[in-house]
Amino acid sequence: MKYLHLIWAALFRRKLRTVLTLVSIITAFLLFGLLDAVRTSFDQAGQSANGASRLQTGSRLSFIQTLPMALTQRIQAVDGVKLVTYANWFGGAYQDPHNQVFSFAVAPNYLDMYPEMVVTDQARQAFASTRLGALVGEGLAKRFNWKVGDKIPLQSTIFPDRSGSKNWQFEIVGLIHAADKKSGGWYDQMFLLNWKYFDDTTPYNQGQVGWYVTRVADANQADRVAKAIDAISANSDHETRTQTEQAAMASWMKQVADIGLIVSSIMGAVFFTLLLLSGNTMMQAVRERTSEIAVLKTIGFSGRSVLAMVLAESVLLLVIGGVIGLGLASVLGPVISAGSGGSLHLPAAGLNSWATGVGFMVLFGVIVGALPALNAMRLNITDALAGRA
Amino acid sequence: MTFLKNLGLLLLLVLVLAAWVMLPWFGALGLAALLGLWMLLTRRGAQARSVTGVGVSTLPQRIGSSAVIVVGIAGVVGVLVALLAMAEGYAETLRKSGSEDTAIVLRGASAAEVASVMTRDDITQIGLAPGVAKSAKGEPLLSAETVVAANLPVKGTTTDEEGSVQMRGVGDEAFAVRPQVRIVAGRKFQPGLKELIVGQGAARQFEGLEPGKQIRLGSQMWTVAGVFASGDSMESELWADAPVVADTYRRGASRNSVTVKLTDAKAFNEFKAALDGNPQLKVDTSTTLAFFAKQSEQMTKILRIIGIVVGTIMAVGAVFGALNTMFAAVATRAREIATLRAIGFPGLPVVVAVMLETMLLAALGGILGGAIAYLLFNGHAASTMAAGSVGKLSFELRVSGQLLWEGLKWALAIGFIGGLFPAVRAASLPVTTALREL
Repeated sequence: MKYLHLIWAALFRRKLRTVLTLVSIITAFLLFGLLDAVRTSFDQAGQSANGASRLQTGSRLSFIQTLPMALTQRIQAVDGVKLVTYANWFGGAYQDPHNQVFSFAVAPNYLDMYPEMVVTDQARQAFASTRLGALVGEGLAKRFNWKVGDKIPLQSTIFPDRSGSKNWQFEIVGLIHAADKKSGGWYDQMFLLNWKYFDDTTPYNQGQVGWYVTRVADANQADRVAKAIDAISANSDHETRTQTEQAAMASWMKQVADIGLIVSSIMGAVFFTLLLLSGNTMMQAVRERTSEIAVLKTIGFSGRSVLAMVLAESVLLLVIGGVIGLGLASVLGPVISAGSGGSLHLPAAGLNSWATGVGFMVLFGVIVGALPALNAMRLNITDALAGRA
Repeated sequence: MTFLKNLGLLLLLVLVLAAWVMLPWFGALGLAALLGLWMLLTRRGAQARSVTGVGVSTLPQRIGSSAVIVVGIAGVVGVLVALLAMAEGYAETLRKSGSEDTAIVLRGASAAEVASVMTRDDITQIGLAPGVAKSAKGEPLLSAETVVAANLPVKGTTTDEEGSVQMRGVGDEAFAVRPQVRIVAGRKFQPGLKELIVGQGAARQFEGLEPGKQIRLGSQMWTVAGVFASGDSMESELWADAPVVADTYRRGASRNSVTVKLTDAKAFNEFKAALDGNPQLKVDTSTTLAFFAKQSEQMTKILRIIGIVVGTIMAVGAVFGALNTMFAAVATRAREIATLRAIGFPGLPVVVAVMLETMLLAALGGILGGAIAYLLFNGHAASTMAAGSVGKLSFELRVSGQLLWEGLKWALAIGFIGGLFPAVRAASLPVTTALREL
């Protein structure tokens, strides 16, 4: 530690070069921070204690196929089931078909299933008693400038009403607040409408249910309960497939894109380039200090401590750049999420990202510094001072 | 004063980059030719040529630091081209699915085929509209199709993970309106039986889609009769007899979409006008080309944006790497450059020489990156949940000549920025100080 000022002075011996190298390191770790945020936000979807105790039951045939309403009581009767609710995909869009809204037609007890969504008692009552009522997420309301009490049209990209029109009227009766602000991206954008209104209005549903959500009393029993639910409709024309919310989310995300693979291949290319670049900087830095290092050795520094100092210098370089880069990513991520109007959710780099990031910084620092540090350690004093090394 | 000069440089840089983005390939070729002529014909040019020659001849001695520029830029171009190739391949697959002389009719305001419903009456009315091509027997060339999704086990996973595939219930007419579809293995399904044919793309992604094998859809067993190829998005689908599919999915006599063959591309307007004017129909009509192009629009845009954002961040890193290397190169040659200036070389040839050297390395990096992207990713199969479809769409990444050129343009732009500042510094260093240094 007492050599810190020496290392620091060596690092900023050539300010321009160090700054240029730092900027490259910063951009690499900025990219790492942002991409890792994308990966974790995909990974974390459904990964909560609540998610592990909730089961989703859909048609085994395909996700567009609906299930009969009558299953409600039969699922309720399965041993270990605490609560059953159901919902249908509405496929709503506001004004322009591109402005898609996550909209579900939900059963009266749907909110009981999701403690992640906080709705005031007053709003819940209004939702239950207003046929055209809708509950909207805070973020969604902000995005379209909706207020409680507004009457808004929403088009369904799937379901027409009895006259064939796809424009549905709704009255906003309350807001949904995400209980956990940090991972609330999804609930913040939700639009819930009454299942009864939906079923009565479109001729294309007729008492069918898109999917069931079940809460099990004990998460360890989830597998057994899932099998029992699927057994109810085995060999019928509406076989079901039940998965924990966690598993269902993961497999859905995987169908959209193998995010993990994309992220790691981009990062591979970036870090490879980074290694080369900062490696070159360190080689240059040590080469031009040959005589200084020889002097250090002459006045009694051992080969090992010279080695350690050069290694410390390169690790310090990487850590400074990396921490600034990751810090920037933590600031920029939420800004980008806000700017995208909820369509993107990039949380600030979490503990995990930081741990991985710092691990990479130290590792790269050691790799990058290894060769110049070894050269410095093996440096022959007489050769170096005579200008032969 | 130095501040003004730097500001001027920065403005110049922005202008040059803006012009560069617009420049087509023949423009760049023209520029290169002009530069070549200047270097061959004028005195200044000849000076620049000799200084460049000296710089390039010392490159092998600085192989490590020169490699930073080459590999750094190769990384940028490789990632950029690979990501853009994804967008390109995706758009290409959907573009090929459509043509100008076939039209698709959906129920009004349906976002996708699966969300549309066409009744028997609708289908008959559409067949009577003008502009529809007729078969040899005099019947309209029209294919009413049921579009649904099916869950199938995904290939290469150990757990029972399932993915969604789009399934199309068709009749013989489907093959008439889509002549590109051909059976490559096995045979066609038999009407009335639970048999299906699978697209090559789907067969690549899902387990058990081989002729003769049985697969489970819901509670029923279906037999795979054959494999078909079409080179477009249909390849990601399963096709089976329309009435059997409609029965399995409890759809009755209604269908989802109607695809018709028009007499020619010009007949479309007449056909659309007739359907729009028919009070019994509430439908949206578009050519299949427009229909599929619209489906790919948003996804392609997102993929391109991701590619360009990632490319830009990486490019910033590469620019600083290049700056670093070139500043170091110029510094080690400071005395040599000052000597040239002292014996009467003006600043311009020095600037040109340093820039040319950087851009040469950049071009090498660009070519290397493009080549790696081409070798690794051209034709690489990828898949995603496609917009407007209910199944995984498999497509191939396409590294086109256009993309390679775009990558090379990025490389040269990075080289330009990375070379400009060191070049100007080299040319503007006071001769006396430079000679005294070192």
